Amino acid sequence: MSGSRSTLRAWLLLLPLLIIMTTVIGWPLADTIRLSFTDARLVGTSGEWVGIGNYAAMLSSSRFWSTLATTMWFAVASVSLEMIIGVLAALLVNQSFYGRTLLRALLILPWALPTVVNASLWRLIYNPQYGALNAMLTQLGLADEYQSWLGEPSSALAALIIADTWKNFPLVALIALAALQAVPKEIRAASMVDGAGPIARFRYVVLPYLAGPLMVALVLRTIEAFKVFDIVWVMTRGGPANTTRTLSILVYQEAFSFQRAGAGASLALIIALIVTVLSTVYAVMIRKAAGSAK
Amino acid sequence: MTERRSVSYSIFLYLCAIVLAGFILAPILWLLAMSLSPADQLITKPLQWWPETVDWSRYRHLLSRADNSAGEAFTSALANSVTVSAMAAVASLLVAVPAAWAVSRTPSLGWSLAMVIMTYMLPPVALAVPLYMGLAQLNLLNSVHGLALVYLSILAPFTTWLMKSGFDGIPAEIEAAAAIDGARLSQTLRIITLPLSAPVIATSVLFAFLLAWDEFFYALLFTSDQRSKTLTVAIADLAGGRVTDYGLIATAGVLAALPPLVLGTLLQRALISGLTSGGVKG
Repeated sequence: MSGSRSTLRAWLLLLPLLIIMTTVIGWPLADTIRLSFTDARLVGTSGEWVGIGNYAAMLSSSRFWSTLATTMWFAVASVSLEMIIGVLAALLVNQSFYGRTLLRALLILPWALPTVVNASLWRLIYNPQYGALNAMLTQLGLADEYQSWLGEPSSALAALIIADTWKNFPLVALIALAALQAVPKEIRAASMVDGAGPIARFRYVVLPYLAGPLMVALVLRTIEAFKVFDIVWVMTRGGPANTTRTLSILVYQEAFSFQRAGAGASLALIIALIVTVLSTVYAVMIRKAAGSAK
Repeated sequence: MTERRSVSYSIFLYLCAIVLAGFILAPILWLLAMSLSPADQLITKPLQWWPETVDWSRYRHLLSRADNSAGEAFTSALANSVTVSAMAAVASLLVAVPAAWAVSRTPSLGWSLAMVIMTYMLPPVALAVPLYMGLAQLNLLNSVHGLALVYLSILAPFTTWLMKSGFDGIPAEIEAAAAIDGARLSQTLRIITLPLSAPVIATSVLFAFLLAWDEFFYALLFTSDQRSKTLTVAIADLAGGRVTDYGLIATAGVLAALPPLVLGTLLQRALISGLTSGGVKG
């Protein structure tokens, strides 16, 4: 079979996917880019060309920078916690003990729970009047009175981060576990014969195998955390006093609550740009990590 | 085991295992307990942690179809979620199988798949306004078909990616051998490739179903009543509304979580290997 004919055939097989992707991603993205340069409203006017006006207004508004700070804090804190707890959990269930198989099976549960169910569950746990957290803390004598965990600006974001960490650390754990199982037993045994302590073993024997897959987990989780919407919307809608308002929530408010489609579009593209830059940096790091592991 | 462990190390290990199991299970067991506790027991102080009498009435209530009841809203949302997720998963399968095979056998097209996967970085909010306006023009707002179409933007890249790594695992030599024996391409695919990749295809389509089942943002924007509202939106409505019985929210949560919990447990291994292998090679 000639090369050009098989390439043509490959293109034909690819065509349905490309048509669908153009319809539901390519065209909307192009239109969002156009909208971001107009003052279009969601309903009514199609908008006048305003150049970079939306971007300039957005980047000079204090609400953009405070929202960006909230999002970054959410992303850094929840992803760090997920990586740390995830790796520790993976190291644990990679040991041999009774009940290990059961514990591994349990790991999938938080991750399989739908995001909205997880958010509703934690909203109930944090409930100021009847919530399980308040009840537990007072019954254990750790607190004197009930608190409004999601209603206080000082605790709301931390409460969200904990709920997000609980749901997502298992993904990191399962990816790390798969990587740990790929470490050859002989190498581990050889390092022990050579007298390497547990920390040296982790650093020089285990970590090279973990680095690549962990970078993948880090990329996936960071992208998700920067785009976060569902858990925030269900638990706090960005409140109290906008202390949990993330970038995606701000776009929703701009474009759909206030109907400023143009302004919302410019902000959405700023988020896309941030995520793309982050992912590119990560991609370079992954290539390095994958290279050093082999 | 080549290592011999000291007693104190074993104790430490089991303590850690108990802490981890407790951390994972406590919220889930509490969700279950809330759904089965009598309503007045959930608002007592000090809180009673486990139902004295098991109360199944909320499950009956939510799964009944009495007019204008919470059950009617819930069962229609359940039906909508099944319809939308199944339609979107099957449609994504139909476009992903040929595309994934083509890219797997024609490495020079790899960049096109890379582009499709790159779209994962786009936040849904970056597509939402044009999609909203487009669906409005096509009269597809508040419709299960419109929502399923939009879900392809999430499902199709994901299933293509998973299936491509599946096809990569089937040696092209087997297909070449069949071609030498005189099989046409369509025969080769039908007799050799598709049966061999059936496990991967099944896994991909189930995961696509779960992704759609979990989706909230587009469903929140593009649905407005019982004709198309999905479970995630119905549960968010319950959680954010003035529901006086918290157990009802918990019950809806348990019911919505059952399919993914069952499928997730069954598919755990397949997903993790797909994620790690596909991810590093990229």
